[in-house]
Amino acid sequence: MFNPSLSDEHKALRELARHFARNEITPIAAEADRVEEYPWELVEKAHAVGLINITVPEEYGGGGLGYFEDCLVAEELSAACAGVYSSFVASTLALTPLNIAATPDQMERLMKPFCAQPALASFCLTEPGAGSDVASVRTRAKRDGDAYVLNGTKRFITNGGVAKMYTVTATLDPELRHKGLVLLVVPSDSPGVSVGKKEEKMGQRAADTREVIFEDVRAPVENRLGEEGEGFGLVMETLDRIRAEVAAAAVGVGRAALQAAVQYSKEREQFSEPISSFQAIQFKLADMAIKVEAARLLVRQAAWLADHGLRNSYESAIAKCFAADSAMQITTDAVQVFGGYGYIRDYPVEKYMRDAKLLQIYEGTSEIQRLVISRWLLKS
Amino acid sequence: MHIVICVKQVPDTETKIRVKDGQLDHSETKYVVNPYDEYAIEEGLRIKERLGEGKITLVSTGPERAKDALKSGLAVGADEAIHLLDEAFEGSDPYATALILSKALQKLDYDMVFCGKQGVDEDHAQVGIILAELLDIPHISVVTKLEISDDLRSVVAHREVEGGHAVVETPLPAVITAQKGLNEPRYASIKGIMAVKKKVIPEWNAAEIGVEGDAVGVESAKITSIEVTLPPDRAGGRVFDEDPAQDAVKVAHLLRDEAKIL
Repeated sequence: MFNPSLSDEHKALRELARHFARNEITPIAAEADRVEEYPWELVEKAHAVGLINITVPEEYGGGGLGYFEDCLVAEELSAACAGVYSSFVASTLALTPLNIAATPDQMERLMKPFCAQPALASFCLTEPGAGSDVASVRTRAKRDGDAYVLNGTKRFITNGGVAKMYTVTATLDPELRHKGLVLLVVPSDSPGVSVGKKEEKMGQRAADTREVIFEDVRAPVENRLGEEGEGFGLVMETLDRIRAEVAAAAVGVGRAALQAAVQYSKEREQFSEPISSFQAIQFKLADMAIKVEAARLLVRQAAWLADHGLRNSYESAIAKCFAADSAMQITTDAVQVFGGYGYIRDYPVEKYMRDAKLLQIYEGTSEIQRLVISRWLLKS
Repeated sequence: MHIVICVKQVPDTETKIRVKDGQLDHSETKYVVNPYDEYAIEEGLRIKERLGEGKITLVSTGPERAKDALKSGLAVGADEAIHLLDEAFEGSDPYATALILSKALQKLDYDMVFCGKQGVDEDHAQVGIILAELLDIPHISVVTKLEISDDLRSVVAHREVEGGHAVVETPLPAVITAQKGLNEPRYASIKGIMAVKKKVIPEWNAAEIGVEGDAVGVESAKITSIEVTLPPDRAGGRVFDEDPAQDAVKVAHLLRDEAKIL
């Protein structure tokens, strides 16, 4: 049975992530946001501690833990900086199809060397014409002997310019729609791979987001995950599994905004009283807390299902949708509690609000999540 | 080389300290490993890594919750931990605490002992030194740099003294108390945290280490805490803006008679 409570090890893990976030991420978050530069040394530090590659089996150099544990870490790191954490979760996203479908040989050849060094991976799915509509991927994979020749452009790729390894969704024939998709693992230094300019984003500005371009890139057939035509199912299963982490990141951002609002409301005085003495503020804080707590439980449920090999499309879509929409609402309310001070960059809440917006868009928009949920409700 | 590290669980420095009826109220306190003990653990780990061999054993006396401090130390990389747990130990002052630790250490074959220079809760800064006396071995306190001789039979330590550093050499075994600056403690690792689950932390009680119940605990205390008070709330500043010469005299008087800092 699903149990949302934490064991001693879970608490120790959460404490480690919180400690790491407070010492390593919080001090640089505002600056990384301002200059839009990825703080690479964080990857090295997180790798040394084991805060990345958590869900990769131990024998291949990962943490050997579940999504439940990964979500505990996600909340803590995102509470410090969602932009930094997005690069971690994007890497987990790229590694997840390997966890699901890679052969022992592929794990040995691709995963093991990847995990041995501080490195990030990147999931190349979105294209100029394909986002929510995964089956309309246009990047071509044409079989040529023992390799596929890849041609196409991927857009809005998190870690695009810093990843060591890409997991690329391509099509054997666009006419085949979802039946034509294949997933290929492509090292980023493969001949023919190039990256576009870094996107200037509204929020999560530390994360490196850009186009990745494949021009006659030869990807060995032995780097294909699953069979030809299994790509679509693999992408969907991957997105199902990873949604809980993104939802956990949203809980982290919401929690950080709530904590900031509570603190500030006790310090800020108007009409000779702290604004926390006004019910208009109190109720706002209460509503924020309700959303944080509820979202966290939904996250744990979705992650628990994934860890137990149970299908969680419905639950993870609910968790992701609710947590991301809540984060947007909570951070907007936090800015309101701060008033004018919330709108300037001297305080952290405007960053939370900018960061939260992306949570409603990437890894499946809130609309796509509602589509998944309603299809489950209405099927047969 | 067997390195024994004495660890204390203390209130998190970020915990809000409450006082109730003239004593500390710990009902809502969050506990952590004493930060100075973290330097001690880190130094032990580094010595072991440098030598490529050795064993690190953590020892703590404290209530049941002190086990969490030992687990934290194991998660960082210590090999074993022993919890000195007995109702008779509760309320021990620094002397009794050192006595308990010394009795436990006499059962261990140690080459070196580390303590934090002081606990950040009551700041006695005595246990490590008394422990060395009871074990009849040398100690070097407030150490910021440590080097072991090639034959592993002595250490040279830099210790903080007023206005500078004293460099001291002593044969081993010895007690070293760690000061900030000795090293930069590492994070626990996820692997370490998960490995703790499989480790058993033995509990040694008064009878097992050969301590008479009345030699330790509240009854034996050589120090009694009479009252604990919080620092007074910070008051607003005072402005002197009349005649500068007269103001200076007033301020000097206040600094001497009221603030008592002149």
